[in-house]
Amino acid sequence: MENIHKSFPGVKALNNCQFDLRLGEVHALVGENGAGKSTLMKILTGIYVQDEGTIYYKGSEVQIPSPRSALDLGISIIHQEFNLVPHLTVAQNVFIGREPRKHRVLLNEKAINQQTKELLETLNIDLDPRSKVMDLTVAEQQMVEIAKAVSYNSAVLVMDEPTAALADSEIGQLFTIMRKLKADGVGIIYISHRLEELKQISDRISVLRDGAYIGTVETKEIEVSKIISMMVGRELYETFSDEAIADSGEVVLEVRNMTRKDGLIQDVSFTLKRGEILGFSGLLGAGRTEVARAIFGADPLSSGEVYLRGKKVNISSPADAAELGIGYLSEDRRHLGLALGLDVTSNVGITNYDAYKGKFGWVKATELKKSVGNLVDILNIKTPSIDQRVANLSGGNQQKTVIAKWLVRDSDILIFDEPTRGIDVGAKNEIYKLLNDLVAEGKSIIMISSDLPEVLRMSHRIIVMCEGRITGELSRKEASQESIMSHATTR
Amino acid sequence: MSTELTKRPEALRKAESRQKILAFSSLLVMIIVFSIASPNFATFSNVVGILLSTAVTGILATGVTFIIITGGIDLSLGTVMTFSSVIAGVLITFWGFPIWVGVIGAILAGMLAGLLNGLLIAKLRLPAFIATLGIQMIAQGLNLVISRTRPIYFLHEPKFRQIAMGTLFGIPYSVYLFFGLAIIAGIVLSRTVFGRYTYAIGSNEEATRLSGINVNRWKIGVYVLGGFFYGVAGIVMASRLNSAQPSLGVGYELEAIAAVVIGGASLSGGNGTILGTIIGAFIMSVLTNGLRILSIPQEWQTVVIGAIVILAVYTDILRRRKS
Repeated sequence: MENIHKSFPGVKALNNCQFDLRLGEVHALVGENGAGKSTLMKILTGIYVQDEGTIYYKGSEVQIPSPRSALDLGISIIHQEFNLVPHLTVAQNVFIGREPRKHRVLLNEKAINQQTKELLETLNIDLDPRSKVMDLTVAEQQMVEIAKAVSYNSAVLVMDEPTAALADSEIGQLFTIMRKLKADGVGIIYISHRLEELKQISDRISVLRDGAYIGTVETKEIEVSKIISMMVGRELYETFSDEAIADSGEVVLEVRNMTRKDGLIQDVSFTLKRGEILGFSGLLGAGRTEVARAIFGADPLSSGEVYLRGKKVNISSPADAAELGIGYLSEDRRHLGLALGLDVTSNVGITNYDAYKGKFGWVKATELKKSVGNLVDILNIKTPSIDQRVANLSGGNQQKTVIAKWLVRDSDILIFDEPTRGIDVGAKNEIYKLLNDLVAEGKSIIMISSDLPEVLRMSHRIIVMCEGRITGELSRKEASQESIMSHATTR
Repeated sequence: MSTELTKRPEALRKAESRQKILAFSSLLVMIIVFSIASPNFATFSNVVGILLSTAVTGILATGVTFIIITGGIDLSLGTVMTFSSVIAGVLITFWGFPIWVGVIGAILAGMLAGLLNGLLIAKLRLPAFIATLGIQMIAQGLNLVISRTRPIYFLHEPKFRQIAMGTLFGIPYSVYLFFGLAIIAGIVLSRTVFGRYTYAIGSNEEATRLSGINVNRWKIGVYVLGGFFYGVAGIVMASRLNSAQPSLGVGYELEAIAAVVIGGASLSGGNGTILGTIIGAFIMSVLTNGLRILSIPQEWQTVVIGAIVILAVYTDILRRRKS
């Protein structure tokens, strides 16, 4: 791809970008959120068309005006947001658009199931081709996406954050599949924020920043820190200062014997002190999100008590929790944390209209906008204006908008569920700094995270859960990736 | 789709098939109750009456099932049905063409309306509710204009009445037509590419589009197919009444859609079956008939049906939540 330019209303997404891919190589594409990686790939796969610039494929110039034309050329993509049809089965999804037929109009269901079964076996994926996609776990759905993309026998395969939802064992499985494809001569473009992974699997790495092409390097010859500085444009201190922030010792939140009827939470008890960051570790399904939602009043409990600053409280809805000063930032920020179609002001103000209400329910718009504008500056939310639709912001800025929403409310107990998922290195550091600033002001934070280095770096204490129970409580000094993992995997 | 999905338990998958059985068994229970409550219910002539009265709604509901599975809706089906019958009237009675020309003309008229709906929704991106509402009103007006506000009779073509009312083993042709079309529709929905894409578009339109499928073309097709069924219903209706009644139409769409929803389809798309729709249609017609036989005043019938629709959808939601 040469000299690619692409603009959208208000923003130049790509400015003179270059990219090339060789047969049988894994070429990583990195950059902060908003750098233009997804846009470049959407042009390659026919979802967008470039304003200027040329694409050469197998030596000749090509036009790619639609997803179908990309697929016909032999370019397929595994999107970050899955493109599966939930009500259809695995097999039906794999073959959608090119179903084997009987007599032209009738579907050959038997062939669809059989060929999918064979495909899954070659890839060592253990799934029943006849299960409906909406019955699968996220990791299993990811595997279906991979199988589908592989089955196109494309010459070029684009993978957008393929490991975001996978456990380590599944990542190993994915890499094995990728090495096999490499050996078959397939060119793979790999977009990921997980820089350590790139060292394992990629041959070359290209960096984009703010829509511009920065450079391409051989993976063998470069260190992760250098990649980061290329992405961010400045030297960045990856690790944070290790000083243990002194917490006051006062217990602000205590949970006793929390249990859920369906067993997802079993007899969970713990305390949260003022000014501390309490990390919650565990595998997917350990029950951490369920505990958070229960505290926040989003789910009902069968038994258990919550004490706020020593007093017993009855939280039966998020409105109650918000009233008491508790805020919850869900892990699926796009669906559960934001109203994507609304602007920044509305999203931030939504928790606290009472404070900006005049007579007869009239909204004091100027005051609200001022507060929001303030927060946007403090949190460094990159947006052309506070009237910008939140859907148009990058993941990191969307997350900051959600944080702002609870700060407007002046909540002092904040529960973060996977706060930096899908966010690039630069924004991650800003969020870490923010979390530390918040507890320095006296707020208390529960941080649920599956990112072990993150949990180890940020938490004062770490609680580990496994299958609904708390299996360990570690101080920062005692904790290590191994000790957390061992608690997370044994009941 | 939440990101921390655990596998949907066996229980829910079984619950879905149980739901289909539930609709059918409620129908069975109703039939049994009414048969016990009144000796006039389970007679051959009454059953034929039920079948006959279900036929038109059933054909309409079958046609709109496809549309609802794609997540769309069609408010115009009633007046388009009447439009088809009016066109048949014009062709056969005003212009003296043979019956088969009238029939084909009527069906084509229905498909034309469907095409218009499809174009408005797929190409111009109007919300289905609005587009079909507009077509409903346009068709309603045209019906009165074309017919000059008077019914068009088929008196000089006695064979026309036979289409719907001629009998085989005592059962009118229209009933066979209904079941025949339903069976074909069922096969199309479950075993053809058209049916597969209907579900896919309703389940995740964007994913379907990104898989290289021309979603617009299939969406238009679904509305044209609906139009075909409305055209057939129009012929059946005209044949039954032996006339084209231009002021008929508004109100049929709610019954048809209710049948589809009672049968288990979700208005947001992605699921639903022809069998479910048929059961839904019969639940309403059996109920109406049974209540009438028990001498319950007509006004109460719609009250009861409304309650059934709410109940049916609510139990569906409860079942999903229970997992």
